[in-house]
Amino acid sequence: MTQYIIRRIIQLAFVLVGVSVVVFFTLHVLPGDVAQMLLGDRATTEQVARLRHDLGLDQPIYVQYFRFAADALDGDFGMSLHSSHPAFTDVWDAFPVTIQLSLAALFVAVAGGVPMGVLAAVWPHSRFDNTVMTVTLFGVSMPIFWLGLMLILVFGATLDWLPIGSLMPIGMEPPRVTGMSVVDSVLSGQLNLVGLSLYHLILPACTLGTIPMALITRITRSEMLSMRAQDHVRTARAKGLSEPRVVLKHVLRNALIPVVTVIGLQLGLLLSGAVLTETIFSLPGLGRLLINAILDRDYPVVQAAALLTAFVFVVVNLVVDLSYAYLDPRIRYK
Amino acid sequence: MSTVELTAPSPAPSRPGILRVLRRPTARVGAFIVAAFLLLTVIAPEIAPYDPYDQDFGAALQAPSFDHFFGTDQYGRDELSRVLYGTRTALLSILVADGIALFLGTMLGLIAGFYGKWVDTAAMRLVDVLLAFPYLLLAMIIVAALGPSLFHSMIAIGIVATPVYARVIRGQVLAVRTTEFVLAARAIGGSAMRIMLRHVLPNSFTPILVMATLQAGTVVVETAGLSFLGMGAQPPSPDWGSVLAEGQGYFLTSWWIATFPGLAIFLVVLGFNLLGDALRDHFDPRRRKE
Repeated sequence: MTQYIIRRIIQLAFVLVGVSVVVFFTLHVLPGDVAQMLLGDRATTEQVARLRHDLGLDQPIYVQYFRFAADALDGDFGMSLHSSHPAFTDVWDAFPVTIQLSLAALFVAVAGGVPMGVLAAVWPHSRFDNTVMTVTLFGVSMPIFWLGLMLILVFGATLDWLPIGSLMPIGMEPPRVTGMSVVDSVLSGQLNLVGLSLYHLILPACTLGTIPMALITRITRSEMLSMRAQDHVRTARAKGLSEPRVVLKHVLRNALIPVVTVIGLQLGLLLSGAVLTETIFSLPGLGRLLINAILDRDYPVVQAAALLTAFVFVVVNLVVDLSYAYLDPRIRYK
Repeated sequence: MSTVELTAPSPAPSRPGILRVLRRPTARVGAFIVAAFLLLTVIAPEIAPYDPYDQDFGAALQAPSFDHFFGTDQYGRDELSRVLYGTRTALLSILVADGIALFLGTMLGLIAGFYGKWVDTAAMRLVDVLLAFPYLLLAMIIVAALGPSLFHSMIAIGIVATPVYARVIRGQVLAVRTTEFVLAARAIGGSAMRIMLRHVLPNSFTPILVMATLQAGTVVVETAGLSFLGMGAQPPSPDWGSVLAEGQGYFLTSWWIATFPGLAIFLVVLGFNLLGDALRDHFDPRRRKE
């Protein structure tokens, strides 16, 4: 196992170098001159040349890349052209909102998806199973931005059950500690703030969690059905074990191994979906920051956000791989 | 002296008839939706009741009626006409983005799987790097570099979808390259290019077809997603994502503005998903048994 972990970490390092190369070079084929953009149209040629020199833009491209990579390792991506804060600070401040949203959506997806998949597999081809499979098929085909708007329309505007935007009501924000409204509310010790923060999280989390929930339901059902046909399950039944015990101890436990992997791999889907969800619900997360940065051509923020997201994504994938290898020895001996 | 042309014996195709896929009811539903979508792209100008760009401020934000079946938007433009014309942008995105991904991914997977060794390692590390980004993030970075436009968003999505094809094709090529007909083609001196294109690629066709169908739905939703974020089609284009984005400020009081373009995206994605699932199940014997 140790050898497998070392091998995967080395691979991870290469992938991260590749990621930094992609981010750097993609944004360096930009049309236009960054120095000209920073100084505006009225800048003289000398001023532009001086700024290009100060920013190192007159250096060969590989020198610029190595400087970028060395600075990135220190968390230095330069100053945001929009807020004039260090770019990484802006990104780091927005990141907890996205993490909180993604975790809440993952909770919705798992809490809904696993039981539905299990029940659908317990009664295969029943009316319940057919309904679940149809609903999940609709779920995976749903454009997340449309689903969000429809949920706002129904539960926010029409029924008036749930708030339709922002993390907390204006003026009720808890003191910032982690940047996650729910955790900060808990830390503030005020129960009403905890309730409000959860209340505001329901619609965005349900929007973002729908597609992963549909996928998790389908994979849980499929794994349960294939596991039910295994010899050890037949043996368990032959021993006279009760059906719930057979399902929970012998089928579900084994079926959950690939399901855990699928759950872990949903993070990419969640981070992508978070961009859209944050836009719809006006949440000040990484996704919205990134969109604004791209539209404002605030490249230091784009680079910092892209690298941080890719880093988190790659590390989570590594953890999922390692947990899968731990659970299933065949993987690490391949 | 007569010459005998030596050709390597390719295996006789033994895949079941593609039309048999349609025996499944879900496949028929999917095929119907996809066929209707394709038909609408062709006849949209004939059946659209209004010009999708025509503004009529006197008729702004009208609810669905016999004059405007899907209502009108804040500029008084007919929603039905805009949704109908949106089918054309959606089809264009499938052709361009899926086409780019199909071409680049197939070439990458084919070369990696066929040559193996360091070529394979290099290609797969490139794929790993592209897969290290959440898909929408990478598409956004590429759009950031190229500038927001519909065509650039299609290129971005094509590049993002490339690794998916590359991995599938590579796996298929690895399975095919040691088969007897490929060895025979090598033995008679066939060039690498000829073997890849004449023998390996045609025998990898099935997963390409399945993948292209499944990806078509994904491409539609991703292109609309980028347009919704302001990084794809720009107003006043009748692209579904752009129409949704434009109506975002009005949909709480005028529900039809966001409902119909979103429904159109949902139906097209559903259609391609149903058809793709059916094709995948049909060509995979293990799934067919299930």
